Amino acid sequence: MSPETKPEMTVEAKLGTLEWKKSPETHISLRDATGTAPCVVKCQDKPCVSVCPAKVYEWEADHQKIVVNYENCIECGACRMLCPFDNIICDWPLGGMGVKYKYG
Amino acid sequence: MSESSYDAIVVGAGPAGVSAALIMARQGLKVALLERGEYPGAKNVQGAVLYSRMLHEIIPNFWKEGGAPLERPVVEQKTCIATENSWVTFGYKSRKFLEGVPNAYTIIRARFDQWYAAQAEAAGVELFCGVTVRELIRKEGRIIGVKTADGDTLEASVVVACDGVNSFLAQKAGFIDEWKPTEVALGAKEVLALDSSVIEERFGLEPGEGSTLEIFGSVTLGMLGYAFLYTNKESVSLGVGCRLSDYQAKGIRPSDHLELVKKHPAISRLIAGAKTLEYSSHLIPEGGLKSMPPLFADGFLVAGDAAQMSNAAFREGSNLAMTAGKLAGETVAQAKVQGDFSAKTLSLYAEKLKSSYILPDMEETKDLEHSISSNPGFLEFYPQLACDLAHLRFSVDGRPKREHLKDAFRLLRRRGFIQIAKDLWPLRKAAL
Repeated sequence: MSPETKPEMTVEAKLGTLEWKKSPETHISLRDATGTAPCVVKCQDKPCVSVCPAKVYEWEADHQKIVVNYENCIECGACRMLCPFDNIICDWPLGGMGVKYKYG
Repeated sequence: MSESSYDAIVVGAGPAGVSAALIMARQGLKVALLERGEYPGAKNVQGAVLYSRMLHEIIPNFWKEGGAPLERPVVEQKTCIATENSWVTFGYKSRKFLEGVPNAYTIIRARFDQWYAAQAEAAGVELFCGVTVRELIRKEGRIIGVKTADGDTLEASVVVACDGVNSFLAQKAGFIDEWKPTEVALGAKEVLALDSSVIEERFGLEPGEGSTLEIFGSVTLGMLGYAFLYTNKESVSLGVGCRLSDYQAKGIRPSDHLELVKKHPAISRLIAGAKTLEYSSHLIPEGGLKSMPPLFADGFLVAGDAAQMSNAAFREGSNLAMTAGKLAGETVAQAKVQGDFSAKTLSLYAEKLKSSYILPDMEETKDLEHSISSNPGFLEFYPQLACDLAHLRFSVDGRPKREHLKDAFRLLRRRGFIQIAKDLWPLRKAAL
């Protein structure tokens, strides 16, 4: 048996293995989503962008804002604790919506 | 949903919630079990190793009868201390683990949780899925029910919060604010498909038997945590979990971290050619006793991850949840007999936890994480030292052995014998 390295699997590809019951409305919001939000004016590292295991948060440099892809969310809750400015409200998707783990 | 009132409402159909609900229903209580997922397990993630003893105390001989979806009984447990390309392995294998009450099984949580919740339903528990609890209802200071996101109101003598590590109920009760990133770990996992015969060949297992492997050292990139690889029937579960504050500081995505773990030579050969069936990620409570919230109030109890009940040093969590759920259920049943659901009566739950293994174990390990995390030697110096010493021991290089010994002393002197003794002393708490 020869050692064999699996090819790199992107987070998008990983998310592709999952199923969701899609919710029409977001369960995630930013307390301050304005142009003067801490994400824009204070937060250098943006740990929500770099760490979220489902790549829910993306920094759009052109528009100077955080985009929230709530459909990707796998409901770990880490973002609330990761945000150094307590600017993320991450509730549960309602009524059985959201991620549906088959293995878990 | 029925508007009638219940003896108990249990929120969350995981190991804690199902155990609590099942025990209460058996004692004749009217119990509603509310689960926000479409089915029990839809939102739950674990390695997963199930310790049998605690479930056996709730469902005797579950591994023999009752069709529990178990993967493999664990006969071998290994720990690797790794640098980038070397590793020392400690392991123990014994078929004694299969005798009497088998020690542990690997499980797939989504399947297991559905089965476990069905046992509670069979005992008379009313299970409602797809129900998210929004608010606790209070009357004269005591908790008397819950309000769901759909606006339904359910009343009960007691609400048992088993809603997991992100316990919004414990928050609403004012028991906790928000965990700090140092109080939780973030885990990412993949279930990878492999034929059972390939698993047995690669892991050196008899047909049907299973093993676990934990890897410490370079795989965590200097963060506090470890990687794991568990054998299921026709898949393996590969995961990595590190303190959330470390991910925050490092700015790495756990999914990408897992890709690096896959490339480590201690792992890569074992998972070669395996296709990813499912990716998952979840928080793990790791604050220990110091982060534990109050456990009861008038008409309210908390159990499982919601109460930070886990013992990371021993890879335990869901077993604590089952026992705590059971003890919470017994407490409520006793409170019903007395017709009093005040905090004073429900404090029996804390007494029961003290008399069980849960609080003593958590007391024992409460300083362990701090000892390890405050000592950078564990993340770099010791994995390297272990490999260097093993390399000396197993090398035949034509030099007299006494020179090997001198080399070994030189390696140890880099940190100093007193420092090493100081470093290792706290680890006794994780030894047995």
